[in-house]
Amino acid sequence: MVIENAKYEEHLGENCGIEVTIDGEICHVPLEVGNRHYDEIMRQVEAGELTIAPAEEE
Amino acid sequence: MALSKIRSDSLEDTAIHGNRNLVINGAMQVAQRGTSFSSITANVYPVDRFFVRDVNSAAGEATVSQSTTTPDDFKNSLKIDVTTADTSLVAADQYKIEYRAEGQDVAHLNWGTSAAKAVTLSFWIRSNKTGNTQVAVLNSDNNRSYVATFSISAADTWERKELTIDGDTSGTWLTTNGIGLRLRWGSFGSTYQTSSVNQWVGSQVMSRDDSPINFFDSTDNELYLTGVQLEVGEQATPFEHRSFGDELARCQRYYEHTYPYGTAPGTANGGIGADHRYVGRETASNYGYYTAHYRVEKRAAATVTVYSYVGTANQIANGDTGGDSGAVGVIQSGTTSFLPRNTSGSGVSARALMYHFKADAEL
Repeated sequence: MVIENAKYEEHLGENCGIEVTIDGEICHVPLEVGNRHYDEIMRQVEAGELTIAPAEEE
Repeated sequence: MALSKIRSDSLEDTAIHGNRNLVINGAMQVAQRGTSFSSITANVYPVDRFFVRDVNSAAGEATVSQSTTTPDDFKNSLKIDVTTADTSLVAADQYKIEYRAEGQDVAHLNWGTSAAKAVTLSFWIRSNKTGNTQVAVLNSDNNRSYVATFSISAADTWERKELTIDGDTSGTWLTTNGIGLRLRWGSFGSTYQTSSVNQWVGSQVMSRDDSPINFFDSTDNELYLTGVQLEVGEQATPFEHRSFGDELARCQRYYEHTYPYGTAPGTANGGIGADHRYVGRETASNYGYYTAHYRVEKRAAATVTVYSYVGTANQIANGDTGGDSGAVGVIQSGTTSFLPRNTSGSGVSARALMYHFKADAEL
């Protein structure tokens, strides 16, 4: 899958998800191991292939 | 007259009981995402629970669809129609149809233990190509594989294949909500080919090496699959047909959307089926919050995409005007619901908001 433009989402001062474009479509990925998109995002982060931008302030 | 005696053969192991097919949507009848896709460079689901894709930027391309070309007793099949040929597969190329079973649903196979049970996989397959091919069974980590071989004997003819596979007494097989096992059909480069067929091996192999069919070597090629059944034991039984509603609900554990069945997510459909909320609350930033509940609890917290009235991804619609009302954030996401909010930060007070969504918790 093609993952681009990853950015944390924030609520009450804590990261609560990742807004990201996957295969050309914006979606919201939970911070949960076992979600295949989250697992792939973290794999790419660990491999240095992707950076997750910090959340915008609420 | 009261029943005074139950026939003992109806209780024996040799009797055919219900709920024995471990595969969801094996008759390819449920297709929530749409019924035809023109590229396989990402996982595409022409029918629910079965995806098609190429790996390693393979040169071939295909249109994949839910087809009405079927053997007797079926309504649908999964079809691959090659649109760009690949006459010489690179070593790491993969063209695959894959099904992933949830670990909890195959825990009783006891794979990875000395009590591992044999299973029998049966399916209907049809292609213009004839010759040697295979289906592979793999674990979650892709380090246990069984390449079960068969041949397609006649061109453009439906053939039912029945393959018994010994239970794997080694390796790690998940019994959680993760991937319990994978089934893979297709064509694979030399990296994934083996002569150690019809036995378990401790690596990722998906293909026999004795001149297997390259289903992608011509744009004339087509491949159809339906009637996939995986059951405990060494005996293939007739395909277990389930109702459409039953299969749809099973599929929705992994994927659902708010559109009426047959309408693809992102379609401007006048809001039929959309969630509507009248939001009167204001915070300092004028966010609107509105919980969406799933029809079926998900396997895991889902990846969510929200659509507005007119089908714009990541936008909430203003229910008063029908226009887009602002971008969406998701601040909570679980297996039963998610909580989106309008993030435009202004003008959200006291208005109707409406949105469609799709939720993806596929394995």
